[in-house]
Amino acid sequence: MAYSTLSPEHEAFRKVVRDFAQAEVAPRVAQWDRDHHFPVDLVAKMGELGLFGLTAPEEYGGSGGDFTSLCVAIEELGRVDQSIGITLEAAVGLGINPILTFGNDAQKAQWLPDLVAGQALAGFGLTEPGAGSDAGATATKAVLADGEWVVDGAKQFITNSGSSITSVVTVTARTGVRDGGRPEISTIMIPSGTPGFVAEAAYDKLGWHISDTHPLSFTGCRVPEENLLGERGRGYAQFLATLDDGRIAIAALAVGCIEACLDLAREYALDRQTFGGPIGRKQGVAFQIADLAVAARAARALTYEAAAMKDAGVGGQELKQAASIAKLYATEQAVTATRIATQVFGGYGFMEEYPVARFYRDAKILEIGEGTSEVQRMLIARGLGLPVE
Amino acid sequence: MNIVVCVKYVPDATADRSFDSSDSTVDREGVDGLLSELDEYAVEQALLAAEDGDGEVTVLTVGPADAADAVRKALQMGADKGVHVEDDDIAGSDAVATSLILAKALGTLEYDLVFFGMSSTDGTMGVVPTMVAERLGLPAVTYGSEITVDGSTVTVRRDGDVATETITATAPAVVSVTDQSGEPRYPSFKGIMAAKKKPVEDLTLSDLGIDASEVGLGAAWTKVLSFAPRPPRSAGEIVTDEGDGGTKLAEFLASKKFV
Ligand SMILES: Cc1cc2nc3c(=O)[nH]c(=O)nc-3n(C[C@H](O)[C@H](O)[C@H](O)COP(=O)(O)OP(=O)(O)OC[C@H]3O[C@@H](n4cnc5c(N)ncnc54)[C@H](O)[C@@H]3O)c2cc1C
Ligand SMILES: Cc1cc2nc3c(=O)[nH]c(=O)nc-3n(C[C@H](O)[C@H](O)[C@H](O)COP(=O)(O)OP(=O)(O)OC[C@H]3O[C@@H](n4cnc5c(N)ncnc54)[C@H](O)[C@@H]3O)c2cc1C
Repeated sequence: MAYSTLSPEHEAFRKVVRDFAQAEVAPRVAQWDRDHHFPVDLVAKMGELGLFGLTAPEEYGGSGGDFTSLCVAIEELGRVDQSIGITLEAAVGLGINPILTFGNDAQKAQWLPDLVAGQALAGFGLTEPGAGSDAGATATKAVLADGEWVVDGAKQFITNSGSSITSVVTVTARTGVRDGGRPEISTIMIPSGTPGFVAEAAYDKLGWHISDTHPLSFTGCRVPEENLLGERGRGYAQFLATLDDGRIAIAALAVGCIEACLDLAREYALDRQTFGGPIGRKQGVAFQIADLAVAARAARALTYEAAAMKDAGVGGQELKQAASIAKLYATEQAVTATRIATQVFGGYGFMEEYPVARFYRDAKILEIGEGTSEVQRMLIARGLGLPVE
Repeated sequence: MNIVVCVKYVPDATADRSFDSSDSTVDREGVDGLLSELDEYAVEQALLAAEDGDGEVTVLTVGPADAADAVRKALQMGADKGVHVEDDDIAGSDAVATSLILAKALGTLEYDLVFFGMSSTDGTMGVVPTMVAERLGLPAVTYGSEITVDGSTVTVRRDGDVATETITATAPAVVSVTDQSGEPRYPSFKGIMAAKKKPVEDLTLSDLGIDASEVGLGAAWTKVLSFAPRPPRSAGEIVTDEGDGGTKLAEFLASKKFV
């Protein structure tokens, strides 16, 4: 076995997920991508394999595993298809984790078993038409009346929020005004099918065609008071607390993308003949592929270092900095890698028949979701003590 | 119901495999090995059969040090414990010797059923299960495509070319399993972590009371005399349709004896 900084168990698990992705995802993914089809049956199989429960405790059907194992799974799925990788990442990071971290026993018992089994999905709605990077600008409102929250507003770009198995979405909403006029933001769980809650038609996206993304609207949508997740007024802080994990997980997804580009480009460069030999004998091609190998290794090292910090219980600013650095570097390298790989493929790289074209379309969002590159740079600079506004 | 599954550690069939030119045995140095994919089906059936009872599934392998990987994979899938027979003198053993070692090792274990794959993916002789059954004096139901265990009775469906047979045997018995019996499960992360703590017993020939002269290359009843790589595939032939494409295709297929 090749040298690895991860444990033999993580590497054995990597092999399992790789085999799974080759057998269950690779043969069908091009068609799903063309059809913008969200494969509920695959989600169930991922559930059987225990992917959604990797970091959940056994009492909810999870494996009580570590964060590194989740990153390994996301990386290996992402290596075959980015949409499937983000489906897992969002299901755990945005769907399961907030409930696991902030939910009370009743909420956990109600929602987690199906989510962990891959029989259901949960979305997390933070972003709004007028609040993205500036997530605190949430305009969605929830008013407590007769023991019920009445929710009005809209959410934008919410992953796993409108699939046929989405059971609940967790949204941030203004629940009042603090002393000094700042809004009080809380998190509320809204089950699918609640009157007044509509997951609008799925977006027509540049990439991630297989991933389920919807705008959500709430009009006089009433849910019981107990659907408050965590403490009232802690919504924004709770969301911030889940971000570090998400950033490391997105970095793992980006590592999968770079590795896919490396594998595809290398194979093609050995095979494709021009001027009487394989294109890989030309430095102009070979050196770019060498750069891909460097990017893959560096991105992977940063990602798994951050994951190891998380597993070792390192928190606070040190983890935030590592997470932002890994996310920024890995995602920007992923976008670069897809540009290089499609270039190596020449005209074929522009054809949907070749997976590099799909990776090219899929990569861009990595630099935007879970904090844009600009936001990461801002955070890293602040972490260095620079007075960035 | 206690079940022992015999699994073989084989060179990865997807890699380039070859023979060692010094003694005409399989070159195990050059390629990664793994639990024979056909034996995963046997592990799966054993796990299913043991699922509801309180019996245990023991995985047994005869092979070099690296064969511990095959045992570990079966433990990760859910088997309870492992037995690994390893001894330098085993190298070069043929099916006869392998069956002797397996039979002796089984003698140290408690079992109701012994599961096998239908064939290894490297030697592919498909004879070890029956040889072991013969040595132990047990009924052998082979090539099972559907296996049902009810009390101490095992019922096996065998799919032949012209008929399907259903056979029952009473435990203790030997069962071999085909790749039509149901897809083997993937190990979960939980299974992988749990496997770390599962016991694996290492046995040598002397532990089993086998004399080195009974096994190994020297004792083999068969000998590989020569080997040659299969000739590389020739380039395909393109038939250009000039109105007679169908005829040309038929002629081509006939020349290759496909029709
Ligand atoms: C496919 C997809 C899935 C998504 N899934 C989810 C989900 O499940 N849940 C969820 O809540 N959200 C989700 N999002 C939303 C995503 O997190 C936001 O799009 C992202 O945070 C950026 O917000 P925005 O689109 O409003 O851009 P804006 O915040 O309007 O940013 C526009 C540009 O300005 C830059 N910018 C903004 N502020 C600053 C600053 N202070 N300094 C420097 N530059 C700045 C940004 O970097 C960006 O380049 C998803 C988005 C997509 C596309
Ligand atoms: C061409 C050729 C080359 C060979 N080269 C070598 C060599 O280099 N070195 C060498 O040692 N032997 C070699 N052998 C011998 C061969 O590996 C033995 O015959 C083997 O141990 C058993 O035969 P098989 O693999 O055909 O098993 P099969 O009879 O096809 O196996 C059926 C089932 O028996 C069980 N089983 C088989 N072997 C084991 C095992 N070792 N442990 C546990 N369960 C088992 C499995 O459940 C398997 O699915 C060679 C044989 C052939 C035909």
